Amino acid sequence: MAHGHTDNAGASHGSLKSYIIGFVLSIILTVIPFALVMHPSFTPQATLIAVVLFAVVQILVHLVYFLHMNNSSEQRWNVLAFVFTILIIAIVVIGSLWIMFHLNHNMMRH
Amino acid sequence: MFGKLTLDAVPYHEPIIVVTLLGIFLGGLGLTALITYFKKWNYLWSEWLTSVDHKKIGVMYIVVALVMLIRGFADAIMMRTQLAVASGGSEGFLPPHHYDQIFTAHGVIMIFFMAMPFMVGLMNIVVPLQIGARDVAFPFLNSLSFWLFVVGVALINISLGVGEFAQTGWLAYPPLSGLEYSPGVGVDYWIWALQISGIGTLLTGVNFFVTIMKMRAPGMSLMKMPVFTWTALCTNVLILASFPILTVTIALLTLDRYLGMHFFTNELGGNQMMYVNLIWAWGHPEVYILILPAFGIFSEVVATFSKKKLFGYTSLVWATIVITVLSFIVWLHHFFTMGAGANVNAFFGIATMIISIPTGVKIFNWLFTMYRGRVEFTTPIIWTLGFLITFTIGGMTGVLLAVPGADFVLHNSLFLIAHFHNVIIGGVVFGYLAGFAYWFPKAFGFKLNEKLGRYAAYCWISGFFVAFVPLYILGFMGMTRRLNHYDNPAWHPLLLVALAGAFIVALGIAFQLLQIFVSIRDREKNRDITGDPWGGRTLEWSTSSPPPFYNFAHTPVIKELDAYWAMKADGTVNQKPAPYEEIHMPRNAAAGLVISAFSLVFGFALIWHIWWLAIVGTIGMLVTVIVRSYNTDIDYYVPVKEIEKIENQHIQAKASQA
Repeated sequence: MAHGHTDNAGASHGSLKSYIIGFVLSIILTVIPFALVMHPSFTPQATLIAVVLFAVVQILVHLVYFLHMNNSSEQRWNVLAFVFTILIIAIVVIGSLWIMFHLNHNMMRH
Repeated sequence: MFGKLTLDAVPYHEPIIVVTLLGIFLGGLGLTALITYFKKWNYLWSEWLTSVDHKKIGVMYIVVALVMLIRGFADAIMMRTQLAVASGGSEGFLPPHHYDQIFTAHGVIMIFFMAMPFMVGLMNIVVPLQIGARDVAFPFLNSLSFWLFVVGVALINISLGVGEFAQTGWLAYPPLSGLEYSPGVGVDYWIWALQISGIGTLLTGVNFFVTIMKMRAPGMSLMKMPVFTWTALCTNVLILASFPILTVTIALLTLDRYLGMHFFTNELGGNQMMYVNLIWAWGHPEVYILILPAFGIFSEVVATFSKKKLFGYTSLVWATIVITVLSFIVWLHHFFTMGAGANVNAFFGIATMIISIPTGVKIFNWLFTMYRGRVEFTTPIIWTLGFLITFTIGGMTGVLLAVPGADFVLHNSLFLIAHFHNVIIGGVVFGYLAGFAYWFPKAFGFKLNEKLGRYAAYCWISGFFVAFVPLYILGFMGMTRRLNHYDNPAWHPLLLVALAGAFIVALGIAFQLLQIFVSIRDREKNRDITGDPWGGRTLEWSTSSPPPFYNFAHTPVIKELDAYWAMKADGTVNQKPAPYEEIHMPRNAAAGLVISAFSLVFGFALIWHIWWLAIVGTIGMLVTVIVRSYNTDIDYYVPVKEIEKIENQHIQAKASQA
């Protein structure tokens, strides 16, 4: 089906410029944490936190530049799908951390 | 040149495998000869293999699923026979190396290559028809999904003759599945079969989610959607949310095995418990991915054959939504015994008990639909009754296992095996077979033989109980799963009974195959000319059987929940149709098949470490995708004349019937 730069949901399909910006940002946000691990300059704990932070920022970059989420697309379904995704990710991440903390504690891994 | 692949990879010293391979080879040769003799290659290629028609893709999914059902069941019979003879000092006829591959293959095949494609196949055939659409949202993607799934099937079957399959159990827990303890190619076959077909499943999830959200006929609000479509919607949401977890988990295991990383190894900070945690974060939603559409099928079947509106449509829909969300907070009950402690276990135990409540609600929905209805005892209804009893028992043993204390006694015992077969056979298999009998006339234009269908259902239902009640008892007697042989004589009689049950189920499968054969033979007698053989309620029955390739000449307008029932009641079905307009349809495409063929090369090459071939596969896939993206001739308009011809044929056939 032929359609222009917007689809029925009103969301933008982006431009070459926005894809390149997203691509470059993603590379930068990958190289920095990689370098932090390969050439340790902080404590392991601080490095870990930094890597997680860069990962979260990277997710946001993907959402904005590749999945074209922005505050102008006031589509109910986009928002609902997004909220559901966040809910599931929260369940899996927080649940896993909770479970693994108890498992590691009880198994005396640390 | 050929990586790890040498001639020794073919297990020609194992008679069972050699005979099987010979059978497959001769069967394949015979099939090829027949197709060539009847000059059907062209027809097969242009009408089926490259088709993007959702109905044909659905049929192909189900054909593959039935073939894999037989393959997986052959594994089951071999395991039951092994355990029936490997008693009192005997080690049976299957050495552990082979036996371990069989139980792994059985689980993988039955879940990924039987149940999943059967479900996706039914969804393909039914969902667009139920919502009044002409195809799915992305027809080409649908074809690609199918062929990626076929590549998974091909890889698992190639492992039979070239190399070996995993010996790890169907979820391949590390460290056993790590390089140190599984140095062979078995786990690699498992990895790539699941990764490639898993991408197909994920694309199906995207496709059907969009189809249901965006392509419903005008007037069909969400709460006017047929129940099967509702359950399909929730299943696709679950696929979208959970399959990426599986993909990532297997990818991490792949990095461990291929690039020497340590996510799940014993050394350097690896943690196998994380694998178990992640794989079940996918694995539990997966069982609801399978069961929700079955619930949808039972809802359609019960309403149709009770000649009543479904009791409590709204509650059933909400129960489905609640299950969709709750299915994400119960996964730890698969590993209570790993040692997360009392608080964590208590949370997940209680969550598991709570999820049984919406399921219980549904049981009452179906019972009250039948209550004071005029229930017709057709094959789908017999499957449904068998389901109601069997699944309720399975649900209760599940709630029992949800008590962490009880689970510590029963974990990995045959009680657990009996429980999940109880819900998967009693729920998923019975459901899909009910759907098979129910929608078969829609897909092919003639009904299945009733008598043989009933025999099949009776054998499956009774065979199930004879095969699995002994396993419940054996579980209490302390027998664990995946045993190759045993020295406890008290278990032997029960295992013999279980084997007998497996043979009764085999009889059920035989009746099912015979039913298909006899029905095709007698198809002229059982023609469905009206398109509405059961007195149906939903839109799929408003088309001819089989429906024209464009499904609906006019997009229907929906006013009520049971849309077709309402049309029949107010007489709009018999109105003279309005003038037709051209219909916009997608063209057939071979690209899905080609991309998948290259992905088969890619997967096979990676399994055997043939790096140059993997590069060939990758380039092949990328080039095909790029070429396909530049192809603008992907759709066409069906001329009015052709529509008139097809529609008038159906109208005349209906008139001559009346």
